[in-house]
Amino acid sequence: MNRIIQKLKEDNLPDGKTGKLLSIYFTAGYPNIDDTVTIIQNLEKSGVDMIEIGLPFSDPLADGPTIQASSTAALKNGMTTELLFEQLKDIRQTVSIPLIIMGYFNPILQYGVEEFCKKCKETGIDGLIIPDLPVDVYHSEYKETFEKYGLINVFLITPQTSDERIRYIDSVSDGFIYMVSSASTTGAKTGFGDTQTEYFERIANMNLKNPQIVGFGISNNETFTQATKYAKGAIIGSAFIKHLTNNGAETIASFVNPIIATEN
Amino acid sequence: MSYNINNKGYYGEFGGAFIPEMLYPNVEELRQNYLKIMTEPSFKEEFHQLLKDYVGRPSPLYYAKRLSEKHNAKIYLKREDLNHTGAHKVNNTIGQILMAKRLGKNRIIAETGAGQHGVATATVCALMGIECIVYMGEIDIARQAPNVARMKMLGAEVRPALSGSRTLKDATNEAIRDWINNPVDTHYIIGSAIGPHPYPDMVTKFQSIISEEIKWQLKEKEGKEDPDYVVACIGGGSNAAGTYYHFLDNENVGIIAVEAAGKGIHSGESAATSALGKEGIIHGCKTLLMQTKDGQITEPYSISAGLDYPGVGPLHSHLYKSGRGEFYSATDDEAMTAGLELCQLEGIIPAIETAHALAIFEHKTFQPEDIVVISLSGRGDKDLQNYIDYFKL
Ligand SMILES: Cc1ncc(COP(=O)(O)O)c(C=O)c1O
Repeated sequence: MNRIIQKLKEDNLPDGKTGKLLSIYFTAGYPNIDDTVTIIQNLEKSGVDMIEIGLPFSDPLADGPTIQASSTAALKNGMTTELLFEQLKDIRQTVSIPLIIMGYFNPILQYGVEEFCKKCKETGIDGLIIPDLPVDVYHSEYKETFEKYGLINVFLITPQTSDERIRYIDSVSDGFIYMVSSASTTGAKTGFGDTQTEYFERIANMNLKNPQIVGFGISNNETFTQATKYAKGAIIGSAFIKHLTNNGAETIASFVNPIIATEN
Repeated sequence: MSYNINNKGYYGEFGGAFIPEMLYPNVEELRQNYLKIMTEPSFKEEFHQLLKDYVGRPSPLYYAKRLSEKHNAKIYLKREDLNHTGAHKVNNTIGQILMAKRLGKNRIIAETGAGQHGVATATVCALMGIECIVYMGEIDIARQAPNVARMKMLGAEVRPALSGSRTLKDATNEAIRDWINNPVDTHYIIGSAIGPHPYPDMVTKFQSIISEEIKWQLKEKEGKEDPDYVVACIGGGSNAAGTYYHFLDNENVGIIAVEAAGKGIHSGESAATSALGKEGIIHGCKTLLMQTKDGQITEPYSISAGLDYPGVGPLHSHLYKSGRGEFYSATDDEAMTAGLELCQLEGIIPAIETAHALAIFEHKTFQPEDIVVISLSGRGDKDLQNYIDYFKL
């Protein structure tokens, strides 16, 4: 079974956790070109449930300044699609949590969509998040290929997404729905107000077939707890990148521990 | 072969809307409404009234006698430089501001390279009393200073794009990010025939007034509506799209595009997208773009800020790929020389973007009886400093 699906099913974890998932995003090739495997291993050791490996892109439209800067630095460091797969080739010998690649569509298109999917499967990647691959294009042109290689494609919804479209996205999805917390690029806002709570509740009440994982604007224990009150999990990106900028790839537990602290 | 957009938003294999979900509601709202709004009689009336009384249309179709003698063809110049604000860009911004009003938007964002689109957007926002924010690459802010000042005088806020090459591509990224962060009240006035569907089609249709006028103007002057060639420079491709539009289906009219070769197509400092580009996705559409083999978008270069863009609108990718269009590129030097030539032969100082179209005579020889219409997309006032530096005036 795909590791993402398996993870989503683990409601009663043996370690007594609540079953709320923490997913962490980082940009491959940042801060140093060779940090990728270290970061993944340390994240798993720290108790993170799922990892999004960012394939850097020159023009990340949906990202705020923090992830933009990490992508620019990673590309300067020499990160490429080929190199990322090379770095990850033995990852499944040491890491067992779900791994997702998050990247913009153009680099994947140039690599060749089928070739990319094949490589993901060989590497042990479980899913993809491609923000600028719209659901209808995926549905009509690429779904079969993704499924052939056992990959789960994750779609985003936002507070502006209509109920009708959410239902459509839910029907095409097979894993989880990435719930963008507010209308923003990544890292733009921190903290949630009434608008977010209302939105979280509204989505929770839709009883979708796929669980939701909240992303954008989550940076600490407080926002993690707020987001996972209604959703299955939460994703942290920019705040973790900032941590890496300041502390490097070795001290990851000191970032993760306080976030999941109250869960234990 | 059709050169019109199909119902899925593609020209051949190019186009579409490759946008993050955050942009979907806005782009979808526009997609569902733009054709309906554009064909409403009240919209058409207001649009044409403003083009006439405010922009000063129709723009003249001028027979350039001395230029014709020099290059041994019948050369007409479509004088978009005489429009209010000095370029073709205003045709589109008038259309889009009326569109934005009908969609109930009260905040406008735009990107700009040369500053012509920024000025044209700031102008229509002043006209309508709507808030205006223009994103502009830091490098372009420096090389197009007069236009920055004009935008400010017109009440717009100019925000520098500090990422990447700090030119048009990056300004476009910033504008898109702004739209993601302001999804309800804001309309994004894209300045060229680029972006996710329906933008390329909408911008093309607003600019198509150029070829609509060429047809009847040429009929008056030459007794026939169709020239042998239409020529335009291509940044994203809006003046070109407007100049070609009504001739696309008439294969007797040759379509000529001139891109910016910068310091030479293979110099590593160029913006000649059709020659150097590969199919990919930039700013929400599938089109030809300059990129590494890894799919990273390459930093372009041109002396002209308005052509300094690594992609080209999807219509033009289709014209290139299908062979309907002839594509050339002019270097900085060829463009500057052609620009100065126009000054001295016809008393018209063109924008450096436009000067690339005028450099066509370096690359193609016409027959003496050929009627060649060149889109004189803008005037060169904004470029004086560049001309001064280049020619040590
Ligand atoms: C005078 C002029 N011509 C041409 C262009 C290029 O744009 P497009 O290819 O959209 O016509 C610009 C862009 O700024 C311009 O200012």
